Amino acid sequence: MADRQAATRLYLAVGCGAGIGSLARFLSGYVIVSLLGLDALWSTAFVNVVGSWIITAFATLTGPDGRMMVGPASRNFVMAGFCGGLTTFSAMSLDTFILLFEGDLPLAATYLIGVVALSLAAAWLGYLMASRLNRLPVDR
Amino acid sequence: MSLAACALVLIGGFLGGISRFFLSGVVGRGVGETFPWGTLAVNVSGAFAIGAFAGAARAHGGVFASDLVRDLIVVGLFGGYTTVSSFCLQTLNLALDGEGRLAAFNVVASSVLCVLFVALGFRWAIWVVGSTTGLAG
Repeated sequence: MADRQAATRLYLAVGCGAGIGSLARFLSGYVIVSLLGLDALWSTAFVNVVGSWIITAFATLTGPDGRMMVGPASRNFVMAGFCGGLTTFSAMSLDTFILLFEGDLPLAATYLIGVVALSLAAAWLGYLMASRLNRLPVDR
Repeated sequence: MSLAACALVLIGGFLGGISRFFLSGVVGRGVGETFPWGTLAVNVSGAFAIGAFAGAARAHGGVFASDLVRDLIVVGLFGGYTTVSSFCLQTLNLALDGEGRLAAFNVVASSVLCVLFVALGFRWAIWVVGSTTGLAG
């Protein structure tokens, strides 16, 4: 019974985080495409890079050596939920496919490799920054 | 951009996130957690789904071409279902654990398979719409 309640809480945390993350992706797309007038490719690139930075920074800060203590529901709300909902592999793949379909192989390759590489670099940066924070002396 | 669109994205993202958490958990427990097969399965199946939706929108139009349906299904559900953040976190963890080859394999396999499955979904949907004349009309 307690297990079931904990599992339900975990699923609800992930679902709510993912809903909010998806809405943040939708709204940032509106700002980037409609307000700033940039190509829609930039909005997918932006959320994937930002989400990858947040997830590793948060995972490192709240991990075993981390300086932040959070419960499993909160951890999954941010990581599997918000970051998972904010980032999207499907839209990135569809964008790439459409570029290929239109015959623009150079842009398709640049876009996919570029976004994946930048997201991985952001993830690494998030990890490095959070590790550094973790090593700072704790105020007493 | 409307309140209805935001609500649909929120609902779609909620359902997508829960589906991802469920499927990646089932796959992870089934085949082990040494390699992130769960996230790969989620992203590849989500790629097929978004390709199929795009194919149906192109060949059939109708409900698939509606903005609000697109916000609910493509932006919310499929967008919330698939993830780049977990993919990056798991790739980084493989690399930090000294599994550079597995990390590289994850990057190449995810990127290539997802684009391939978008294409497969796209073709499949166009084939289905073409062979079901009742729906195509």
